[in-house]
Amino acid sequence: MSSFLEVKDLKIHFPTDDGLVKSVDGLTFSLERGKTLGIVGESGSGKSVTSLGILGLHKGRGANISGEIWLDGEELVGASQEHVRGLRGKKMAMIFQDPLSSMHPFYTVGDQIIEAYRIHHKVSKAVAKKHAIDMLGRVGIPEPQRRVDSYPHEFSGGMRQRAMIAMALSCDPELLIADEPTTALDVTVQAQILDLMRDLQREFNSALIIITHDLGVVAELSDDILVMYGGKCVEYGTADDIFYRPEHPYTWGLLGSMPRLDREPTERLLPIKGSPPSLINVPPGCAFHPRCPYADKTGGKDRTEVPALLETEGGHLVRCHLDRAERRALWDNEIKPALETQ
Amino acid sequence: MSENEPLLSVQNMEKHFPVTKGLFKRQVGAVKAVDGISFDVFKGETLGLVGESGCGKSTTGRLVTRLLEPTAGKVVFEGQDITHMAQGKLRPLRRDMQMIFQDPYSSLNPRHTVGTIVGAPFRIQGVETEHGIKKAVQDLLGLVGLNPEHYNRYPHEFSGGQRQRIGIARTLALKPKLIIADEPVSALDVSIQAQVVNLLEDLQNELDLTYVVIAHDLSVVRHISDRVAVMYLGKIVEIADRKRLYDSPMHPYTNALLSAVPVPDPKSRKERERIRLTGDVPSPLNPPPACRFHTRCWKAQEICKQVEPPLEELASGHRVACHFPENAPQQAVQTPATAG
Repeated sequence: MSSFLEVKDLKIHFPTDDGLVKSVDGLTFSLERGKTLGIVGESGSGKSVTSLGILGLHKGRGANISGEIWLDGEELVGASQEHVRGLRGKKMAMIFQDPLSSMHPFYTVGDQIIEAYRIHHKVSKAVAKKHAIDMLGRVGIPEPQRRVDSYPHEFSGGMRQRAMIAMALSCDPELLIADEPTTALDVTVQAQILDLMRDLQREFNSALIIITHDLGVVAELSDDILVMYGGKCVEYGTADDIFYRPEHPYTWGLLGSMPRLDREPTERLLPIKGSPPSLINVPPGCAFHPRCPYADKTGGKDRTEVPALLETEGGHLVRCHLDRAERRALWDNEIKPALETQ
Repeated sequence: MSENEPLLSVQNMEKHFPVTKGLFKRQVGAVKAVDGISFDVFKGETLGLVGESGCGKSTTGRLVTRLLEPTAGKVVFEGQDITHMAQGKLRPLRRDMQMIFQDPYSSLNPRHTVGTIVGAPFRIQGVETEHGIKKAVQDLLGLVGLNPEHYNRYPHEFSGGQRQRIGIARTLALKPKLIIADEPVSALDVSIQAQVVNLLEDLQNELDLTYVVIAHDLSVVRHISDRVAVMYLGKIVEIADRKRLYDSPMHPYTNALLSAVPVPDPKSRKERERIRLTGDVPSPLNPPPACRFHTRCWKAQEICKQVEPPLEELASGHRVACHFPENAPQQAVQTPATAG
């Protein structure tokens, strides 16, 4: 066993009345302790389904799951629900996007942290409460002794997200998955939470997966980045690969769609035409071909053949029919200058 | 075109929402959502209104369009005071002033076809169109980049970005002069956001529109605006043209906001010095006295807790409400003499 987390050819399909929804369709990646993987994609690209799949939250819900998920030498796809439940919270935990709807409004914040802690540790309520206060203090909630007895609605959005992080970290999980952890927050609070996550990850040396649509957030935290489109990984590489040497036209499109504060304002944004595909009707061949400005350069292969995810160099993977020299030339001569000057 | 006459002028506008308690609805307090703001919007320009949640930016949009009644102050549109204009008189005015809403899912009636939705302004205002309403609606759909043949479809058949285009087509139906766009792209995917931002800019050039864009995303606001106003707890703390505001912001809050935006450049995360604000925005029910930012400001001194800084013009077209502004020209840096 090499990596701490290894996902191999993970497929999560949902049969529905309208057809088979291939939310995740053959995803492979690995992650080491102490490292951060950013998963980027638009709505419906399968990024959240992936995270729920790793936590085993799709079992018994009419999902067809295949492939392998190895966490610290244990296979999870074939494991029993009870076994995976024992790992959830202790070995792996999740931070959800919207802390208001993912916390129970009837129980105090403290009760909810205590519950999670006592499931995995045989301790008295008093000890668990002390631990909860300790955790709330660690994530920067002022007066944790008093706030431990507050209800979620008494917290502000930023504090709720901190409490969520405290809950997720209460059992020292080795794998932490954060699904859009800052999307619901204001920008100054977002900066606080991102700093907090970075500091805590260093402290706990956990593996972190951060799922977001915001390339800025990904650039702040990630070591490696996985770009998803239509349930598949279209590009994978280090943060430097994705931001300085991206090779997939979809990644180019994402970079061109973002107005950037760190550069002189441009006249126009360079959006991707069309809209993301429905997962029931993923376009045949390369899923991105209807929106790809270079699809006609593939000699018709774009519509008939699904491109393979191939390594270009040093672990940088790209799923595209264009050959490498051509992609490089396009990036260097067309896309990069357009992004920088326009 | 009279360049100096503002299309919209807001003067000391306030909106306090009463907080009531008990059987007799005794008023026990007020949420000061907007607390004395003034700004002008000139023809053909885009004014960006940024701030965090609860700063009053959306309330401002609703006050300007008279969807809410201001508690005090004045709203002047094309030289006409519309602050307390009766609803009946307001109706013709609504042609000139339209809104784009944030959520393309809840702002379109799911039981009406696109044709009915986009044609509604014509029917409500009793506007005669040359070749009938259907033709006018189809022209509008074409204008915003939708297929005119989608006239008979329902909103659920469209994606989020397309729905936002339907909303924009409806907004444009009566050829308004001023459009208030409240978070027009924040509910959309990144690639779609860029399409809608470009569309808004194209329409502005084509139809000579004036925009007030309300948004929390500082990069989108910079891209789209000519001038930008930063709000904090119901007040404008800084207003300037785009270049000045983003290149040399004077208010500490603006500085903090700008430095908090994550930048899509992995190298910069090591180099960049970030201003960390502590805590959250205080409640507008009980805003801090004097300068409202003093509870989170690292430059705050005694005077900030006692004297409210006025919104002063420190450089041409650059107004700031701060006792200790940054990047300010020399004469403004001295401590105000009226301390205490």
